[in-house]
Amino acid sequence: MSVLNTIQTNEEEILKRFKPADQVDTVKDLTELDNEEILRLKKTGVDLDAKNRLGTFLQTNCGVVSCSCDIQGVEMLPITEALKKYDGLKDYYWKLIDPDKDAFTRETKEHLDNGYFIRAKKGEKVIYPLQTCLYIRNDNVAQRVHNIVVAEEGSELHIITGCTTHPHLTSGLHIGISEFYVKKGAKLIFTMVHNWAEDVYVRPRTTISVEEGGTFLSNYVSLKGVKSVQAFPTCILKGRGAIARFNSVIVAPEGSHIDTGSRIILDAPETRGEIISRTISYGGHIIARGHLIGKAPDIKAHLECQGLMLAEKGVIHAIPELEAHVADVDMSHEAAVGKIAKEEIEYLMARGLSEEDATSTIVRGFLNVKIEGLPKELDEELQKAVEECHKGM
Amino acid sequence: MGGMKKEEHMLHIEDLWVDVHGKEVLKGIDLHIGKGETHCLFGRNGSGKTTLLMTIMGFDGYKVKHGKITFKGEDITYMPLNERAKLGLGLSFQRPPTLRGVKLRDMLRLCGNGSDVGVQLAIEYGFEGFLDREVNLGFSGGEIKKSELLQLLSQNPDLTLLDEPESGVDVENLNVIGDMIRRLLEKDKHRNRTKSGLIITHTGFILNYVTADRGHVMLDGKLVCHGNPIDIFERIQQNGYEECAKCQF
Repeated sequence: MSVLNTIQTNEEEILKRFKPADQVDTVKDLTELDNEEILRLKKTGVDLDAKNRLGTFLQTNCGVVSCSCDIQGVEMLPITEALKKYDGLKDYYWKLIDPDKDAFTRETKEHLDNGYFIRAKKGEKVIYPLQTCLYIRNDNVAQRVHNIVVAEEGSELHIITGCTTHPHLTSGLHIGISEFYVKKGAKLIFTMVHNWAEDVYVRPRTTISVEEGGTFLSNYVSLKGVKSVQAFPTCILKGRGAIARFNSVIVAPEGSHIDTGSRIILDAPETRGEIISRTISYGGHIIARGHLIGKAPDIKAHLECQGLMLAEKGVIHAIPELEAHVADVDMSHEAAVGKIAKEEIEYLMARGLSEEDATSTIVRGFLNVKIEGLPKELDEELQKAVEECHKGM
Repeated sequence: MGGMKKEEHMLHIEDLWVDVHGKEVLKGIDLHIGKGETHCLFGRNGSGKTTLLMTIMGFDGYKVKHGKITFKGEDITYMPLNERAKLGLGLSFQRPPTLRGVKLRDMLRLCGNGSDVGVQLAIEYGFEGFLDREVNLGFSGGEIKKSELLQLLSQNPDLTLLDEPESGVDVENLNVIGDMIRRLLEKDKHRNRTKSGLIITHTGFILNYVTADRGHVMLDGKLVCHGNPIDIFERIQQNGYEECAKCQF
């Protein structure tokens, strides 16, 4: 695909375009953020006033503005501090991702701004989510982040991550390296909301390993315009009976290039994987990938890519891949891309809805992927955002 | 029908010719349904029965070449689908599409313009287990019929168009379907009934549950025979549709 080639050849150029975050001022504390910014964060799933969040990590440009966690069983540190405290985090740091993978991983290895380290201690079950926020506050800045999450044996953890830019800036680069470790019998729910601006480049590099009986659930939501996202998080199910599920809801307005997908490597017997993506193009270019790799017997995995084209322009390119390395696997996929079926619109119109209301109802339904563990207020924000982006077409 | 007062008309169709995909399907239909009346439509597959219902409702692709459809005194021949629904026309779909992510509960509210009547009725009919399911996703034939009728009960149309309401329904559920249709058509009222119906039936089973005032036989895009629906159905069972072509009573 031509878009992908362009992305790869332009890696260095993209890096050169932006000013490193450590050369830009950052805020000292939360009181420096104005109401408009706080609202912007809220719309990205990060609620600084919320009582039902157990901890908050907020990084603005390169500086950590907030890092506090209310419960003893969970440790939250800026990654730079964790590296010092735990002797370079030898078991975790750059263990799942090769720093030489591409220009962006190399850049982050050499010039780390910061990031978070979160660890749920053995058996600790956290009811409410922790929230983390990676916020680019100045125009034309490159933010380079490395995150590590460890869910120790038998623990449960839910993290909501909001990544966004200042309400009035248009351009930036966000690089996020994420290495997540879900240990024996542990469960990690990771909900990520992207809320970028029209000239922002986003390069997350994410790998998750899940041990025996562990569960990893990922929810990814991106409803606003962005210049270019390229992400392909990979989850390795290493232990017997491990489970991974990825849900993605992506809307691409005109001018957005979003190349994203999820990969699950089922590397142990009786593991389960599911990838569900719902994409909508309002003129933007979406590549919706999904890749299931079955390497052990008695595994079961399913992949579902559904795309809706709601404008004359735009591209949705669904690339579902199934790869079996042993005989005893059960892997399937369904992919469908197209415009809204006329018979669905007419069905609703025959009940008295206008064509416009019928279309909205179908679009809302299409994006209504069941997102486990999503807090109510974030769910409401999503419903509103879907409504807005539909009206705005 | 000439002596009928205008407000007693529900549906009046005059010399209706309709093309579907460039093919002439309806060839001069005349039909009158009065307020409170239920009519049955018999005929072979492909004779044009469904086309007539779809044309009355106003679906795209059913092109009126000639003639006029009047509903409650208004000319609706070229009126958009949703406006006809608002004016009081309702149709139960034979094979409705699945609406992903839309719960039946929400659909019933949409049909009832926000009212909870449909949800209450779903509970009354023991269908509450389906309220939080996506509309028509994995529904059996009988469940689709119930869902369609609940949507119509929510919508509360003055003229209900039913396309083979008994198909795919087991005997046990025919009772429930029959009860829903009787409710839609106000069959409990013997005076001042205002609701009308037009029902396509192949098997005639529905006549055991819903009384109909008049029957019509469609043959090759024309209504060739009119009369008491039970008499007509018995004749069809005895002699087949061929006799209907000859008999014009």
